[in-house]
Amino acid sequence: MSVVFEKPHALTDAVLHYCPGCTHGIIHRLVAEVIDELGIEGDTIAVASVGCSVMAYNYFNVDCVQAAHGRAPAVATGVKRSDPSKIVFTYQGDGDLAAIGTAETVHSAARRENITVIFVNNAIYGMTGGQMAPTTLPGQVTQTSPYGRDVEKVGYPVKVCELLSNVDGAAYLERVAVNNVQNVKKAKKAIKKAFQNQIEGKGFSLVEVVSTCPTNWGMTPQKALEWVDEKMIPYYPLGVYKDIYAEEEK
Amino acid sequence: MSEKVLMKGNEAIAEAAIRAGCMHYFGYPITPQTEVAAYMSKRMPKIGGTFLQAESEIAAINMVIGVSSTGKRVMTSSSSPGVSLKSEGISYLAGCDLPALVVNVQRGGPGLGGIQPSQSDYYQSTKGGGHGDYHNIVLAPASVQEMASLTVKGFDLADKYRMVAMILADGTMGQMMEPVSLDVEKTEPVEKPWALTGTKCEREHNIVNSLFLKPEELEIENFKRYEKYKYIEENETMYEEYLMDDAEVCVVAFGITARVAKNAVNEARAKGVKVGMIRPITLWPFPKKPLMAAAEKVNSFICVEMNMGQMIDDVRLAIECKKPVELCNRVGGMIPTPEEVLAKIESAAKNGGAQ
Repeated sequence: MSVVFEKPHALTDAVLHYCPGCTHGIIHRLVAEVIDELGIEGDTIAVASVGCSVMAYNYFNVDCVQAAHGRAPAVATGVKRSDPSKIVFTYQGDGDLAAIGTAETVHSAARRENITVIFVNNAIYGMTGGQMAPTTLPGQVTQTSPYGRDVEKVGYPVKVCELLSNVDGAAYLERVAVNNVQNVKKAKKAIKKAFQNQIEGKGFSLVEVVSTCPTNWGMTPQKALEWVDEKMIPYYPLGVYKDIYAEEEK
Repeated sequence: MSEKVLMKGNEAIAEAAIRAGCMHYFGYPITPQTEVAAYMSKRMPKIGGTFLQAESEIAAINMVIGVSSTGKRVMTSSSSPGVSLKSEGISYLAGCDLPALVVNVQRGGPGLGGIQPSQSDYYQSTKGGGHGDYHNIVLAPASVQEMASLTVKGFDLADKYRMVAMILADGTMGQMMEPVSLDVEKTEPVEKPWALTGTKCEREHNIVNSLFLKPEELEIENFKRYEKYKYIEENETMYEEYLMDDAEVCVVAFGITARVAKNAVNEARAKGVKVGMIRPITLWPFPKKPLMAAAEKVNSFICVEMNMGQMIDDVRLAIECKKPVELCNRVGGMIPTPEEVLAKIESAAKNGGAQ
């Protein structure tokens, strides 16, 4: 009998704690598939963040350090500087990366730190029960924006890829989604490139993955996937925001 | 006899760290410790090490966490306001049982305070500083020589016990120049099987983590850590006793104030006053036993500190309030003079312990 489908080796057997319909599971799997395909599991070190993905250290079958909220790129900087032969990636949510960790994000990009950042943007703080995130859409209802995000009072969402595209040090920035099969395939390609860049010493690579939070969005998993198309992607357009090597190749 | 060189305290820390095998330094400029960073920025590139000026003290301490989690010696340095920022990371280092050396060249506070020397981070350093139950090993140098030797000692203790060792200096210690020997006694490297070195697909993955969502597990982690602390208190306490044999008054001081107080003790002795000094070298663990032993003999204690009276609490606890303890202090960047300390000693001797 031939095996047609199996769990990536870079994932452990631990049962994911994510809610039904949450796309963290897909993103974990894509990262693990890429680690398998590049044959880097034994030399990869993951940096987990604070938020829904806080326990990523239990799921990735690689050495892992759990960072304080927002500090994952600084911790990853230390790991990479300590041993540049290791493949170092962070896995961070929007609150972690785009609010409390904004400085660490911008400056690790500015240094062209040779790390890979997987940035999961689901427009909400999931772990704490659905509060307004830096990426919460205008008008979006959350626990701390019960009347909808009023941009006049609380400001506008932060578009991370657009922001970082102005940072000279950033090497590769792409925004992807995982709400349908075509998008999942594109997401995997981007994640693979972000790891490949690090292997080749090309420097700071970030993939923003537009994700879902059916629980805190108050939607069915199916409706959440549709909401990504209807609301999220129009505000956060998918695509390559920066690829300094592609520009050089032209 | 080893050759001595003339160095600033801050530079002595930096060079001693390199000689102790620290190849990674992360910092951020702040007076009066910036010479540590400046020295490292010159030396590290030449020896293949890392010097990185971080975007903040918060980032710097988290870079320290990154290196430490891979099992290598690493340090950061700052001054009081910067150490407040690092306190988050120091708590994570404690929670992850990671070794690191943190240097605090103190300045006056609170807030932005001033840039002149102070000892007002005693509480912050010895009682934890960040959130949660934990201690750092706190080393208080009183000479440029000790800035160097306690740096080396700090790395050894940090590795041995998997915790933060802190050099608690002050602006005077950082800025003053003295002859120093930089000979480093090599110690056996500590095995670090917990370090993140990549699994090579040959072992289970290592996890460096401070999150324990099950309270019964987190409780065990805390209990285990405090067992370790108990052992350290029994085995790693360091202090200096000076003229204590027949002393009737005991001066307690650390760091630069111990240098000032020693002059006052000598002057008092010349006048026939029976006074001695106990200088804690480790502020945590605190030298409780010699203080308690002194409490059986002397009539009173004088704490000389550059704060509003912080170590004095630990002295009172150590001697279980058996004898009166008086405070002789200056704050805000002011340094007590030997004359001020002498006056306090003379008045204490005259009172014979009666208050």
